[in-house]
Amino acid sequence: MSNIPNELKYAPSHEWVRDEGNGVFTVGISEHAQDLLGDMVFVELPDVGDTVAQGDDVAVAESVKAASDIYAPVSGEIVAVNDALNDSPELVNSAPYGDGWMFKIKISDESELAGLLDAAGYQNVVDSE
Amino acid sequence: MAQKTVLFAKHVECGAKMVDFHGWDMPLNYGSQIEEHHNVRQDAGMFDVSHMTIVDLKGPNTRNFLRYLLANDVNKLTVPGKALYSGMLNEAGGVIDDLIVYFLAEDFFRLVVNSATREKDLAWINQQAAAYNVTVTERPEFAMIAVQGPQAKAKVATVLTEQQKAAVAGMKPFFGVQAGSLFIATTGYTGEDGYEISLPNEEAADFWQKLLDAGVKPAGLGARDTLRLEAGMNLYGQDMDETVSPLAANMGWTIAWEPSDRNFIGRAALEQQKAAGTMKLVGLVMEQKGVLRHGQKVVTEGGEGEITSGTFSPTLGFSIAMARVPASTGDTAEVDIRGKLVQVKVVKPNFVRMGKKVI
Repeated sequence: MSNIPNELKYAPSHEWVRDEGNGVFTVGISEHAQDLLGDMVFVELPDVGDTVAQGDDVAVAESVKAASDIYAPVSGEIVAVNDALNDSPELVNSAPYGDGWMFKIKISDESELAGLLDAAGYQNVVDSE
Repeated sequence: MAQKTVLFAKHVECGAKMVDFHGWDMPLNYGSQIEEHHNVRQDAGMFDVSHMTIVDLKGPNTRNFLRYLLANDVNKLTVPGKALYSGMLNEAGGVIDDLIVYFLAEDFFRLVVNSATREKDLAWINQQAAAYNVTVTERPEFAMIAVQGPQAKAKVATVLTEQQKAAVAGMKPFFGVQAGSLFIATTGYTGEDGYEISLPNEEAADFWQKLLDAGVKPAGLGARDTLRLEAGMNLYGQDMDETVSPLAANMGWTIAWEPSDRNFIGRAALEQQKAAGTMKLVGLVMEQKGVLRHGQKVVTEGGEGEITSGTFSPTLGFSIAMARVPASTGDTAEVDIRGKLVQVKVVKPNFVRMGKKVI
């Protein structure tokens, strides 16, 4: 059974979102997603300062199996990226909700949060695959 | 319903992620395929290859039959136990399958062919064998375990009897020997030292467990693919198939043109292809970020080609591929990666052997 923490919000495209306060949200991919992709070999991250809209492809997770786009779950400005993934992309596999985070967004439209899934909603997405 | 090998329960015990592989339920990995890859390059890993098809050929005409059936010449096999890699071609010179043939006795040769091509291979072999009075017998009662890596032979030795150890002592590459209930061959699909061991189905799970206890770690199809690609070994159905000439699949070395009076299936077509010229299968190396993948377009001055197999090379730390490109292709080419043209190096399709970089 895949781990889906209750305190996070999710996009149906398998990104998770953590509220860090002050309108900043950390984004990564779910344990289920990393399991589907297999061993990560490169992660291409956005640039700090990029302005992104909800649903934009902003990063690429490249595993032994496939290259997979990562979408911005909310609109806003990229305020941090996880540079550790340049040398250790496998953190996405070993700690998808921790050290394997990808980037942080300063949200521009809080109303978008309401459209994200809670853990139960995301579980339904996983189960229906 | 996918078929299961007799080692299915052992895979589940070892924590395997199982996937469907041409109708077989096979382990993709047991956690991390990259760790499994490194373990084979640096120590010893084992693969369940029981899905592969063993076919025994018997009868006084078997050698003559194989000289006609295969593009390589079994007359190179003069010492019992010696093995040969060959393509089995159709009349048009396309590759029906690639296989290993073992010379066991003058009236007894053994083939090991791919599982995905099992049915068409057996149909073709039976059809051709009729005129030679050769008996064709599939051996589904055997499982097969490949143990590969620099420590593979030493670790296998700890689970062999004294007689079996004596039977394999000093065995050169590409030989096979029946030692008790084990058929032990110095072959593999990783570019490392090691064995491929066939044994009765009912003994396979115990043997697997003994190897585990001896410190051999299981490895899945994922690692098998990155290892064979680093070693520059073709994968049937991806790097070549019935529509592809062996000359365009880096298999020219497996075609025995001499003696020129040996007629083998596909010979006439191959001679024409050789005269007309074919594409060639090369290696590609991309040292910047990104991964070359099967199906990506290759752009060269002489025209377009295609990546047949591509992956991230765990040993090298960057991406490598095999690609079929125009014969005129030089030292560089460009690959269309998700809409961007990226420059890559063109090399011989052989990247890592015996744990060492060879590019």
